[in-house]
Amino acid sequence: MSLDTATVRRIASLARIRMGEEEVGRMQAELNGILGWIEQLQAVPTEGVEPMAGAGAVALRLREDVVTDGGIREAVLANAPDPEGEYFGVPKVVE
Amino acid sequence: MSYTIEGRTGPWELVIGLEVHAQVISQAKLFSGAATAFGAGPNTQVSFVDAGFPGMLPVINGECVAQAVRTGLGLNAQINLWSRFDRKNYFYADLPQGYQISQFAHPIVGTGVIGIELADGSSKEIGITRLHLEQDAGKSLHDQHPTKSFIDLNRSGVALMEIVSEPDMRSPEEAGAYLTKLRQILRYLGTCDGNMDEGSMRADVNVSVRKAGEGYRTRCEVKNVNSIRFVMQAVEAEARRQIEIWEEGGEVHQETRLFDTGRGVTRSMRSKEDAHDYRYFPDPDLPPLVLDAAWVEELRAALPELPDARRARYVAEYGLSAYDAHVLVLEKETAAYYEAVAAGRDPKLAANWVMGDLFAALNRTRRDIADSAGLGPRSRRAAGPDAGRHPLRQAGQGGLRGDGGNRPGARRHRRGTRPPPGHRQRRDRGGGGSGAGRQCRQGGRIQIRQGQALRFLRRPSDEDHAGQGQPGAGERGHQAEAGLRRPDDRRAAWPGGLNRAEDTRPADAAAPRGWGPPRRAGFRRVAAGPGWFPSPCRGSAAHRPAPRCRW
Repeated sequence: MSLDTATVRRIASLARIRMGEEEVGRMQAELNGILGWIEQLQAVPTEGVEPMAGAGAVALRLREDVVTDGGIREAVLANAPDPEGEYFGVPKVVE
Repeated sequence: MSYTIEGRTGPWELVIGLEVHAQVISQAKLFSGAATAFGAGPNTQVSFVDAGFPGMLPVINGECVAQAVRTGLGLNAQINLWSRFDRKNYFYADLPQGYQISQFAHPIVGTGVIGIELADGSSKEIGITRLHLEQDAGKSLHDQHPTKSFIDLNRSGVALMEIVSEPDMRSPEEAGAYLTKLRQILRYLGTCDGNMDEGSMRADVNVSVRKAGEGYRTRCEVKNVNSIRFVMQAVEAEARRQIEIWEEGGEVHQETRLFDTGRGVTRSMRSKEDAHDYRYFPDPDLPPLVLDAAWVEELRAALPELPDARRARYVAEYGLSAYDAHVLVLEKETAAYYEAVAAGRDPKLAANWVMGDLFAALNRTRRDIADSAGLGPRSRRAAGPDAGRHPLRQAGQGGLRGDGGNRPGARRHRRGTRPPPGHRQRRDRGGGGSGAGRQCRQGGRIQIRQGQALRFLRRPSDEDHAGQGQPGAGERGHQAEAGLRRPDDRRAAWPGGLNRAEDTRPADAAAPRGWGPPRRAGFRRVAAGPGWFPSPCRGSAAHRPAPRCRW
């Protein structure tokens, strides 16, 4: 399997990444390289093996339902590029 | 006889399925320790996790998991002891992570069933496809600044349950009855407060039409409908639109639409094609959610009595009619009040008193049952069911007729019109008039509901029954009538006292505050052809509405 340039552009646009022509070519080669590795993995026999999404902890640990966080508006807004009073300010997002 | 809409080419059947987003009742958020309480100052209930800061890791709230399991059990559904969280990727300003944590491939709850009751006394089972847990997103304010939108992340990360039904409903009435019953079950369980006007519960409505005997045709989805009445209206409006297209030789295209409550029509959202690609993948921050079967059984054992069981008990133990029992269990507050009144008294007389005198008094004084019921902190006021001067104490002494003759109670309710100061703290939204005005409106909603139930019960008028409950006379008449009405009048055309239980407010009052119609970005369309039912993966955060002003 390999990606054509149109697919690479589409992925870039979904990820909101602007990409020049020469970058598309380079990215196409890199992504196809990664897909090549995945294809290698496909060769491993997995008959009868449960699909797994990770190899770490076996199960989620549950947190108590208590309020332990929040109340830090200044800290939360501190890095916002364009805060407006108590809010984050962003370019207007109306259809 | 089944519901159909008469087109030029004959009758059309409707096929309806609902996806309901219900906000989980919990203290803290799904994956962070920030509070969920309503009405806090902007961005004061936000942790670094909720704001999507780099390096922050989600830790799941066990109570939210328990609430989902309780809900699954209440829906007679399969509980999946192994489930998993996925990332649903899309960009929007109120989604700081750039993805919503949801459950796509492996939801926590599988198939279940809800029994609904219809106005003609029949009942029907509606299948539940699945229930999954996911994060809500923040809130955008578009009307505060000429060139900017403001973002409040207080809601970001609050737990939602998305409950997806099978395409089992065949009429607006059934859709309304399903939503009514689902809301009732959630409220009995205490897993969602069901406040549709505050956005705690909202529905995406999937509609298609077909000729008798056909398979499914292409469906369309009407997003974010925020009242039961609007759901019923949206179903009919969308069905009529599709019938028109088919009958003119056209083809219905699968798309996402909005219901314009003012005009009573649906319209296209003109979504971008790209927006449908959410690129789901398992969230690498979160190992699988594995439940202990014994814990699930503990939760099952601790479930409260649900409406169906309670109704059956009222019939069996108290000898009430099925209809009286139905009315009394519609709201759990009413049921609790009734039981308190009935304790040690004649249960039928108690039922008559609650549904007659009490409801009438509540209506007259524009209060709701919780105000008068002496339940919880409001109890100091007025005639709680156990109040020493309870009029039913005189019942055995001839002081009570059970149908309006209860003057002491009536007087007391009139006196109590003004709630005490500081009363009713619950979830008031900022804005929207004085506190007293809101109380009246809130009170008014429930009273009207009960009054209507009563009217339906006692004196079914022609209007109430147009098209329903009278086999033969029914469906056609109703549809013809509805078809002649302008949208504004349509409310009156919705028959079925049972299903009208919610939302009899004027359209303005039901308009979303801070929750408008959906925005453009992000709807998944899995390539499913005309196959009817939705991929279950469309999470709510993707169709977060914007404020009214936008539209």
